[in-house]
Amino acid sequence: MLELKNVSKTFNAGTVNEKKALVDFSLTLNDGDFVTVIGGNGAGKSTMMNAIAGVWQVDSGQIIIDGADVTRLPEHKRAVFLGRVFQDPMTGTAATMGIEENLALAKRRGKKRTLRSGITKEERAEYRELLKILGLGLENRLTSKVGLLSGGQRQALTLLMATLKKPKLLLLDEHTAALDPKTAAKVLETTQLIVERDKLTTLMITHNMKDAITYGNRLIMLMDGHIILDISGEEKKKLTVEDLLHKFEAASGTEFTNDKAILG
Amino acid sequence: MNIFNLINALPGAVAQGLIWGIAAIGIYITYRVLDIADLTVDGSLGTGGAVCIVMMLSGHNVYVSLLVATLAGMCTGLVTGILHTFMGIPAILSGILTQLGLYSVNLKIMGKSNQAINVDKFDLLVSLRYIRDVVFYKNTILVVLVITLLLVAILYWFFGTELGCSLRATGCNGNMARAQGINTNFSKVLGLMISNGLVGLSGALLSQYQGFADIQMGRGAIVIGLAAVIIGEAVFGKVFKNFALKLIAVAFGSIIYYFVLQIVIWLGIDTNLLKLLSAIVVAIFLAIPYWKAKYFSKPASKKEVKTNA
Repeated sequence: MLELKNVSKTFNAGTVNEKKALVDFSLTLNDGDFVTVIGGNGAGKSTMMNAIAGVWQVDSGQIIIDGADVTRLPEHKRAVFLGRVFQDPMTGTAATMGIEENLALAKRRGKKRTLRSGITKEERAEYRELLKILGLGLENRLTSKVGLLSGGQRQALTLLMATLKKPKLLLLDEHTAALDPKTAAKVLETTQLIVERDKLTTLMITHNMKDAITYGNRLIMLMDGHIILDISGEEKKKLTVEDLLHKFEAASGTEFTNDKAILG
Repeated sequence: MNIFNLINALPGAVAQGLIWGIAAIGIYITYRVLDIADLTVDGSLGTGGAVCIVMMLSGHNVYVSLLVATLAGMCTGLVTGILHTFMGIPAILSGILTQLGLYSVNLKIMGKSNQAINVDKFDLLVSLRYIRDVVFYKNTILVVLVITLLLVAILYWFFGTELGCSLRATGCNGNMARAQGINTNFSKVLGLMISNGLVGLSGALLSQYQGFADIQMGRGAIVIGLAAVIIGEAVFGKVFKNFALKLIAVAFGSIIYYFVLQIVIWLGIDTNLLKLLSAIVVAIFLAIPYWKAKYFSKPASKKEVKTNA
């Protein structure tokens, strides 16, 4: 479903701030994989996501989604394949537009935008049903401006928008990191529900090791732009946070220093 | 200080305010919907005026002239859009570059720094002379009012379409728009074109109204437009929530601006100071939301602080 072949990306090349964010990075996801991604700050997690989403062009390598080479496609054209939820709840929605308008924008992802009506009556009924899944009462606030919603509500809505048109690949970039624990759990639950229902191929970055173990069928750990750990199947099911820490130390030769990831 | 002088001047102020209101609606589209401060308008207003007058002088029909002036305005928006998106120049600077270039273009269109048109010899749509003592359907205030309402209706429809929604999303949140497959560069160029088309039309009407096109006529257009946007929001913002009503509020804001201007002139203030006055008023109004947030906002509640920690 997704193939990254020898992808490299260096930021600020040739300056003192040079940062090799991805180094000869390769990863293959199978259809229906739910992969969780962990790693310290600057490990290259978000860079990997942005490379796939096409926020900028990579320096070298190849990115293939569902058999199509998208390496040179601009961000808005790759959107056809992707559903994305961001770390910052503000990023995924348009604050000055209504809930239904945001959903209508997502519904037209990958379609040519014409002079037809931006939202139809039938859609409204459809969205009302879809919003019920979230259990947040948003189905009764279709015309409310998204700017009035809480961070958790906005993330849940973004999740719904990302999956409204079944994407080939769902990219979740620490989408619960900015939420309080209770809301985060609720959004994760909804994520799991939708991913299972639609059998979505998913890549989820998380700072929480427990979540990384609980969710998905495969776990990868990144450091300095490389994959240093790749566990799946039965082995992943038996994994504990302690195991993960030991494996990290063994693989990297250093201690894992992100308290939030261990305790969270 | 005869009060009748003021009252006599008011219908003219309404007409001028309405004509500028069309430009202000254009500026609203870039400034509020697309979140771009577009300085092209200082040039495109003159382009609209120049094109319209020169076309009419060479014998073209008034409606054709208005249409071509609008298209010329759209072209100026296209140039700024290309400078901004394709060439990666910041929006403000793109507008300034286009505006500067348009100074020469406008001179070339007119052949000299101004071109007059005689209301008695040409069949103008609007004019200073059509304010009083004309049949009601030729009255400039009515004519411009109808044009404005027509434009508002078209814009209201457009911003409800798929394409219009993608423009609004682009202005509100570019990251989100791209993630939903919207070509934000295209949206910006299209928005700039629509905006400057309206400004060009406004310039065409204005030059007919005053009886001449002038190389200086667009100077400060962005400030007048912003003043209209801000006054409209300040006065009607609490009541007018619907998009169409917001556009109408901008047109009203423009009328209020010209009303106030007339009063200031009537009070006998040196007219050389008017632009300074406008600039100060707009600067203060632009600062108010910032000051409000900085000095008058409530501190974050304890609960919020905790979850952020």
